[in-house]
Amino acid sequence: MAEINMMTGLIVAGILFGLGLVGVLVRRNIIFIILSIEIMLNACGLAFIVVGSALGQPDGQVMYFFILAVAAAEMALGLGLILNFFHKYKTLDTNVLNQMRG
Amino acid sequence: MTAVFYISAFIAVLATLVAITRMNPVHALLYFILSLLAVGVIFFILGAHFVAALIIIINAGAVMVLFVFVIMMVNQGKHTMEQERQWTDPKLWLTSGLLAVVLLIEVVYVLVHTNQGSAGSTIVSPKQVGMALFGPYLLAVELISMLLLVGLLGAHHLARESHVVKIKTQEDKNG
Repeated sequence: MAEINMMTGLIVAGILFGLGLVGVLVRRNIIFIILSIEIMLNACGLAFIVVGSALGQPDGQVMYFFILAVAAAEMALGLGLILNFFHKYKTLDTNVLNQMRG
Repeated sequence: MTAVFYISAFIAVLATLVAITRMNPVHALLYFILSLLAVGVIFFILGAHFVAALIIIINAGAVMVLFVFVIMMVNQGKHTMEQERQWTDPKLWLTSGLLAVVLLIEVVYVLVHTNQGSAGSTIVSPKQVGMALFGPYLLAVELISMLLLVGLLGAHHLARESHVVKIKTQEDKNG
């Protein structure tokens, strides 16, 4: 059985990370920005898994576990912030949200 | 097995591309879940079974449900009914449905072929991951648990603050 090249997996992770980055940069809806951050974290995890699998070590999966926990904490806080923003400003547009004071 | 990897990588990239270009948050979310499932298939092919289960249960399950709840809460408006009518249009879910079917075929193919014990990559079993987690990485696991506690307290604080604001406005209206 032919092995999957480590470089190919890393390229896929890079493409996914780039798409997430584009999403953060291009979109103005704050929900899409949080979603793109999640895409980027997931791409980082994919890179860890690919390298860990190529080396045959469990460290890659351990790192993905940590990334997952960080992403979950970030998601909980980010979504709570979104709800607060929406209650105050009735919009999800970051062009409006960045004008907040205090 | 290499072909499965390439197909699921293609689906992951394509679904992510579609997800970040949607105007409707719910459509983007569904495509992102599809991308997560494709990445889960990649993890399974690479021999990371524990993480493949984890990404589907936690990322595609719990985190995305949280996301859907928030979208439901902030999406109230008069256009909800019209949007709902548009969402049930088969044109919108046909692409993601077809891609998900391709993924299903792949999963079946992988399951059939791993029984022959000829997986390309080395399989890192959940036991090894657990030994590493509670051996050399014990301090990091404790730190992560502290981080999750902080996230819990932070979410509680944010939710409580909006509640306080709401009560204040009601009092202002009464007074």
